[in-house]
Amino acid sequence: MTQITVTVDGTSYVDNVEPRMLLVHYLREVVGKTGTPIGCDTSNCGACTVLMNGVSVKSCAVLAVQADGADITTIEGLANGEWHPLQRAFNEEHALQCGYCTPGMIIAAADLLRDNPHPSEQEIRDGLEGNLCRCTGYQNIVRAVQRAAEAGATS
Amino acid sequence: MTAAPEAPQAELGKARLRKEDARLVTGQTNWTDNMTLPGMLHMAFLRSPYAHARITSVDVSAAKQRPGVIAAFSGADFADEQGSLPCAWPVTEDIVIPNHPPMAVDEVRYVGEAVAVVVARDRYEAADALEAIEVDYEPLPPVLDMRTALDEGAPKVHEAGNKSFVWTFGNGDIEAAFRDAPVVLERTYRQQRLIPCAMEPRAVVAWSEGDQVTLWSATQIPHVLRVMLALVTGIPEQDLRVIAPDVGGGFGSKLQVTAEEVLAVLIARKLGRPVKWTESRSEGNMTVHHGRDQWQRIRIAADSDGRLRGLDVDLLADMGAYLMLVTPGIPLLGAFMFNAIYKMDAYAFKCTGIFTTKMPTDAYRGAGRPEATFAIERIMDELAVELGMDPLQVRERNWIKHEEFPFTTIAGLTYDSGNYEAATDKAKELFGYDELRREQAERNARGDSVRLGLGISTFTEMCGLAPSRVLGSLAYGAGGWEHASIRMLPTGKVEVVTGSSAHGQGHETAWSQIVADQLGVPFEDIRVLHGDTQVSPKGMDTYGSRSLAVGGMALVSACDKVVDKAKVIAASMLEASADDLEWTPGRFAVRGDPDKGVTIAEIALAAFAAHALPDGVEPSLDSEATYDPDNFSFPHGTHLCAAEVDTETGMVTIRSYVAVDDVGKVVNPLIVEGQVHGGIAQGIAQALYEEAVYDDAGNLLTTTLADYLVPSAADLPTLQASRTESPAANRLGVKGVGEAGTIASTPAVVNAVVDALRPLGVRDVTMPCSPEHVWRAIQDAGKTGGAA
Repeated sequence: MTQITVTVDGTSYVDNVEPRMLLVHYLREVVGKTGTPIGCDTSNCGACTVLMNGVSVKSCAVLAVQADGADITTIEGLANGEWHPLQRAFNEEHALQCGYCTPGMIIAAADLLRDNPHPSEQEIRDGLEGNLCRCTGYQNIVRAVQRAAEAGATS
Repeated sequence: MTAAPEAPQAELGKARLRKEDARLVTGQTNWTDNMTLPGMLHMAFLRSPYAHARITSVDVSAAKQRPGVIAAFSGADFADEQGSLPCAWPVTEDIVIPNHPPMAVDEVRYVGEAVAVVVARDRYEAADALEAIEVDYEPLPPVLDMRTALDEGAPKVHEAGNKSFVWTFGNGDIEAAFRDAPVVLERTYRQQRLIPCAMEPRAVVAWSEGDQVTLWSATQIPHVLRVMLALVTGIPEQDLRVIAPDVGGGFGSKLQVTAEEVLAVLIARKLGRPVKWTESRSEGNMTVHHGRDQWQRIRIAADSDGRLRGLDVDLLADMGAYLMLVTPGIPLLGAFMFNAIYKMDAYAFKCTGIFTTKMPTDAYRGAGRPEATFAIERIMDELAVELGMDPLQVRERNWIKHEEFPFTTIAGLTYDSGNYEAATDKAKELFGYDELRREQAERNARGDSVRLGLGISTFTEMCGLAPSRVLGSLAYGAGGWEHASIRMLPTGKVEVVTGSSAHGQGHETAWSQIVADQLGVPFEDIRVLHGDTQVSPKGMDTYGSRSLAVGGMALVSACDKVVDKAKVIAASMLEASADDLEWTPGRFAVRGDPDKGVTIAEIALAAFAAHALPDGVEPSLDSEATYDPDNFSFPHGTHLCAAEVDTETGMVTIRSYVAVDDVGKVVNPLIVEGQVHGGIAQGIAQALYEEAVYDDAGNLLTTTLADYLVPSAADLPTLQASRTESPAANRLGVKGVGEAGTIASTPAVVNAVVDALRPLGVRDVTMPCSPEHVWRAIQDAGKTGGAA
């Protein structure tokens, strides 16, 4: 067991974890942040995407011990009193159906807009290539990211 | 008594933002895998590495000694109680339905079949202990190609052989239709095997408390599952409760009774502790039922002006190793759809269901209808080429004209409504069809290395499953009705209980809109409850684009009953005769005296207080209704695809895609458009990207999302989706929409690819139209002398 200190959505946690424990399992099963789901086991789907020190990572591809000292933001910590512009835009553009990919998609989009506050449609499509959605065909996801960009969402 | 209010604005047709989203965009969702119960244990399954083998021994004793392991079981340990996974659709009297134990006992018949299970304190310990299980296998020859599986001397998947059933169907004199026909075309098309890949993997939690067993499952069918679990395990139905919490997509893959669900229930009972299992994606790609997988031989006979005379279809359908819930019925749903929107004199259909040593197939979005639509829409293009006609012209020559509805097809279905001319005209205009044809001719003339192709799909489908008596006539094991109940609460708010079981469709929103209109209560005042057999005791669940066309109509019936009862109470409250009352949604008023009235909320309160109810009227204002449709639902549309094909690399790029869909009246245009987008994406995925590939030993090679190419945002085009509207013959005028896009888009895309390459001599490209398949088709055409 290894002791780690991780800040998740603004709260600091100190835990002993197995060195092999995945960050996503730590978030879901130790911290109780079940808002971040798991969609695959090969880092292809992106459902588990979270921000680690402000940068998006697939939390199934990070060990909990690698997050020692890190500041993690999950979908549950994105709203700041009111919904993040991306959360609003996903609702307004009907950018989700089953919603399973949505937490990762929104977090990945937040990172995309931080890098590029005014992306073109193609830049959005390319930027979200690592996040799979089976329901929407992505069209409304692209629209939602454009809408959030117009609203000035940059993180 | 209240003064007459302004009539509320109709909810039907309003682009309401979804109620569901609040929890989904904030991570407050209740997925099955989020559940933790006190003392909960985790299961991990050991799965067969062989496509076909005899099991000579399974030793779990060492696994039981591993840290944290509470129990480990082999199939033999459950041989007496695990029963056989059910097939509810014995399509012929002599169908072979093999025994299908949830955990293999004597023999394994596909890679991934469960052989043993470990139950441990956490998922890591459970997974670790699997390696301590010793299994001795005696490998047997796999059966991997359905085309040779019935050959004499072929290895057998089951004792009874590799043929499950032969099902035939037809109408008219097929021999006469083909005899002396000026044009006869025969083609063979391959429907590749697909993996549904709902984003939420399967997950189950089972909890046994005294006699009661509760199963949470990521399922589309909590109600059907409860009945089936009772039949499989022998646990009395009244002791079983099934809950489908938030479910992350299904597309047919969660329309199933799975080994893991049965074993979770049995193990929770045996150990007296809650157990949980969540599959990994690799496990899921191997062991969630697959879709499609047919060889289609299709023949058409036509007159020289393009008029169809006859259609003859001979299918081989890969069942996989076993028959699961509706496996054999899937290709037969297509039997009614090969004739599509076209008139003809005769039709013959034959389907042979064949066992192989692969994962069983079953429902996948469209389920039989995409396969049929693909074949007929592909060969209609070939007919046009044969006759030198435009492919739209040959379709128009044969389709049912709008003034001919209702129309009974050669397959015996009565299409209630439709307007193929209107949808096609609109699609052509949005697409710029004539201009694109001109560009195509110009590029062909100059031998452009990137060719342009135009693909057409004028599709219809049968959905809204289904009239119970029709299902009965097809030997299906259940009815096709749906249930709803309405509870007017004392404060005037409304609880709506539905037997539909949403997993992404937006029922909570759409159902609120329907009920708001029917009862005249605010959209916000309605809560929709579903997916728990204790909360919603009756239902047939969600699949086959049935929720709105069947479940939505059940809501309307339930609302009618509330209004009927409310009227009697209102008459008493207003001291008027019921005959003198007028209902505008939300309020009864005395005819001729509109200010003298009572609202539905006031009536609900009066019914709750029950102080002054008329004689014989029971307290409370609520209702139940079950709706059994008298026909299927027939959405249709015209989809047009323009594809650019790089003849040097084989790369296909969709340049534009227009979808004009007629789904009748629309409850929520946002939701409808979303269904169309997602459906088209899945159809494009079949056309261009996805295929479940097994190697020569029967190992699935596409176990991950790196190998099984679910398209990303970068792989898909921006679609132009539009609608025409011919109302269905039900009170809401609605049709199903969930599968239409998937059914329509695959042939539109492949027709575009083939159309682009026809000048190079290419007559067909095998799906998926990957760069390799396209490039090889071009090379093969060059070798066989196709003009460059």
